[in-house]
Amino acid sequence: MDVSDSVLDHLRHVAALPDLADTRFELESEIGRGGMGVVYAARDRQLDRRVALKVLDSALAGEAQLIARLEHPAVVPVYETGTLPDGRAFYAMKLVAGARLDRHLAGTASLGERLRVIRRVGEALAFAHARGVIHRDLKPQNVMVGAFGEVYVMDWGVEAVAGTPAFRAPDTRLDRRSDIYALGALLQFILPPSAPPALRAIVAKAMHAEPAARYADVRALLADIERFQEGLAVEAWAEPPWHRLRRFASRNAVLLWLLAAYAGVKFLLFFLRNL
Amino acid sequence: MNKILAGALFGLILGAIDGATAWFYPETHSAIGGILVGSSIKGMLVGLLSGWYARRVQSTKSGIFLGAALGLLFAFLVALMQHAHYLEIMLPGFVTGAIIGFLTQRTGSVKRLAER
Repeated sequence: MDVSDSVLDHLRHVAALPDLADTRFELESEIGRGGMGVVYAARDRQLDRRVALKVLDSALAGEAQLIARLEHPAVVPVYETGTLPDGRAFYAMKLVAGARLDRHLAGTASLGERLRVIRRVGEALAFAHARGVIHRDLKPQNVMVGAFGEVYVMDWGVEAVAGTPAFRAPDTRLDRRSDIYALGALLQFILPPSAPPALRAIVAKAMHAEPAARYADVRALLADIERFQEGLAVEAWAEPPWHRLRRFASRNAVLLWLLAAYAGVKFLLFFLRNL
Repeated sequence: MNKILAGALFGLILGAIDGATAWFYPETHSAIGGILVGSSIKGMLVGLLSGWYARRVQSTKSGIFLGAALGLLFAFLVALMQHAHYLEIMLPGFVTGAIIGFLTQRTGSVKRLAER
């Protein structure tokens, strides 16, 4: 690349920067770039706070209206929408300080922490489904984990997005069951290689090629994860008897130890008496 | 079922089972009825107190400790009345109390406490 190329690149970059002169926002830096637009960190001059500003490639601001309908702790709130002088739509939302799910898990997150994140994501999905909104593109890059463990699901329901291959259901029409598939794929993504078979069965059921064979809704999937965490049998897996026995023993370990102690005491006393 | 009732029930059953194990000692056969009743009442008292405690404090560990301590205390009183068999009565009483304490923490509801 010679000098003239780099100057051209720079000019293209500057030309693509949103003109926020007529808004209350001041551009800071680019955060990310996706299929539908670019996200910038910006400053809200009026309220003196940092926000995330998403500038869409088109004039459609349906995404913002859709997110604004989802008032949920795991959905990033939209503050304002508008149109730039060049016709592109933008919306300002809460700037989440945290890490993307894939980076968050790159640390030493325990299985419990991984499942906690999945459950928060699932709760947001269930909430959205109850309001007739589907995500369409659930993947680790669209889940943020804040500094205090708060979980946010981003990039909701953009019609033009067909999903990311590894997380996209093979269905021809995307609906709630496709989101369940994606949640299953997300669960598979976060699980360590040594994940228990019950969790792997939950993944398999959620990611079943046939939509009707998946969980009926997100709540059913979450209920199965909760059952696993409580040491109960999961709906997705017909566990073998020896596994059921092991689960019972681990769930009732204290009681079994106490009963064993009682039996031990009785045997000891009987043995001492017959010495 | 509330925790006090659950404790009384578990105490009664476990106390009876503990008393019934005296059958393994031939010299107790003539007094087995009295042992069964006494042991059941002892277990029930431990269960009642453990259940009362479990309604106020939800902690498996402290429930086990309290049950064990109560079991030991009541078993000591029983042994004291007989002036004999301290070890044979107190040691199983201690463990039975711990089991009752555990069960009262894990079962029964605390609904009445929550309604206050």
